[in-house]
Amino acid sequence: MLFISDPVMFIANWLQSFLLGWGLPKELVVAILSFIGSSMIAVVMLCLVVALIIMERKLGGRFQGRFGPNRVGPYGLLQTIPDMIKIFTKEYITPQGADIIIYNLAPILITSAVLLIWAVVPYTSSVVGADVNVGVLYLIAVGSFGTLAILMAGWSSNNKYALMGAFRTVAQMISYEVPMVLVLLIPVIFTGSMGINDIVKAQTVWFILLSPLSALIFFIAAQAEVARAPFDLLEAESEIVAGFHIEYSGLKFGFFYVAEFLHSFTMSALVATLFLGGWQGPWVEAFPVLGFFYFSIKAFIVYFLVLWVRFSLPRVRIDQMMDFCWKALIPVSLTLVMVTAIVQKLLVGAGAALPIQVAVHLMVNIAITWITVQIMLAKQARKPRRKPVADIRPVAVGSPSTPSTKSV
Amino acid sequence: MTPEMIIFILIALVTLGTAILVVTTRNILHAALWLIATLVGVACFYVLLNAPFFAMAQVIIYVGAIAILFIFAIMLVRVITPSGVKVFNEDWLMGLILACVFFGGMIWMLTRWTGFDTIPSVAVSQVDKINPVKLLGIALVSPNGYLIPFEVASVLLVAAMIGAIYIAWGKSLRNK
Repeated sequence: MLFISDPVMFIANWLQSFLLGWGLPKELVVAILSFIGSSMIAVVMLCLVVALIIMERKLGGRFQGRFGPNRVGPYGLLQTIPDMIKIFTKEYITPQGADIIIYNLAPILITSAVLLIWAVVPYTSSVVGADVNVGVLYLIAVGSFGTLAILMAGWSSNNKYALMGAFRTVAQMISYEVPMVLVLLIPVIFTGSMGINDIVKAQTVWFILLSPLSALIFFIAAQAEVARAPFDLLEAESEIVAGFHIEYSGLKFGFFYVAEFLHSFTMSALVATLFLGGWQGPWVEAFPVLGFFYFSIKAFIVYFLVLWVRFSLPRVRIDQMMDFCWKALIPVSLTLVMVTAIVQKLLVGAGAALPIQVAVHLMVNIAITWITVQIMLAKQARKPRRKPVADIRPVAVGSPSTPSTKSV
Repeated sequence: MTPEMIIFILIALVTLGTAILVVTTRNILHAALWLIATLVGVACFYVLLNAPFFAMAQVIIYVGAIAILFIFAIMLVRVITPSGVKVFNEDWLMGLILACVFFGGMIWMLTRWTGFDTIPSVAVSQVDKINPVKLLGIALVSPNGYLIPFEVASVLLVAAMIGAIYIAWGKSLRNK
């Protein structure tokens, strides 16, 4: 292969033959190359957070009708660098009575939990960290490490508000893992394999067209997993000050910050991989490196959607959040999985062509969505409305007499 | 000393070390966290044995659910062992003798197994073609396979969940 069409594999093969030529045993060469690859992924992702933070601040400003930061660098694009310097130089204040080892381990664990997800994401058709054939299960398994790190952070801070925040965060995360996991089954049903590269290769028609409801549920559940608005009750300043990371300062807080942004982008990349076709696009068989660009573009489009939702919707209360998960999302995702499995089996058994499959699945999805919305509206109508406490006061109007004699 | 052997020895040391720390730590939350490290070590063994599904299932079920349940229970109950209480059993000599006897017995039984020092006949490349996840799936739902135990296990889990919800609902439901 040429350098232009597939640079990463070209360099990997060249390096492999170089090291083998030195006389190293084959397993050691594979180990060295894996180590280099994983370090590169980790470093690139951590450096990507810089771009994500400035994107969020500028776009957030624009959504709110103001400029974002615009002093440092051209159009304020270098703002994250003084932010990084500030957070590196802040003092680490360890609360008294904190469990030192767990306290210091929690930020490291939460960042590693997010970086571990990038090990199974396919960047192009040939560049994958680890092409395991249980990639979807791996995603679920690694998600539980982040939950653990949050519990550790909340407990070791020796602060009852941090502990409460940690409990709430963990309750939200494990509740929303259930619809996320159930909906992850749907690309697996369509593909017939749990490997993520297989799922991307099977998307001749994108799965978002084949089953838009599952993409929507995965998107919503992923937002709640990351504790992103509108589900960011647990770390908003007006609610519980900072939740589980209230006692962290300096770079330890920086790790939590980085982990949150990177987790949000990782979920966007997963939506792009599982539902939007990943690295697929025109001319990607001839030039595999184009797959990387398509994947990045799709991931950033979904991330823009995440930011859009964040800056447009108000926050959800914790009981509304739990209600929505357990009473709306889980029944819908269970129904969706069962119906999709049955319909797919019938269609494949009847040997239907691809457009017919797409049409049937789309209709099924729209039917389930409509039924769910009707049920939710009926439940809403049955709830007793709060009685208005007072009459609606009109906006102050001028009184007929002169303003100096009468007070309005 | 292939890299596989080095990795196996490292993971074995970590697993055994953290397992010892689970039972000897005084702080019960630390013990739960060491237990998580042990369970992840066992998951790594599953990966080395070319059973990735079991490794992922181990992490999801044990670390993601059971260990987090342990930690929730510990955090809600907040039992701290006071400093005067002895952590070790007084009868440790008898325990040591019994452990050595059991360990020796297991080693003796393993050496009599034919697969102890011969590699199984299925080569690594064959295993990749077999796709163990697909075989597991077929075995779980085929009537000749493990369909009935699968369904019975599901019913058992539903029963456990119903019991937990009933208990957690409290007096208001039981008085109705």
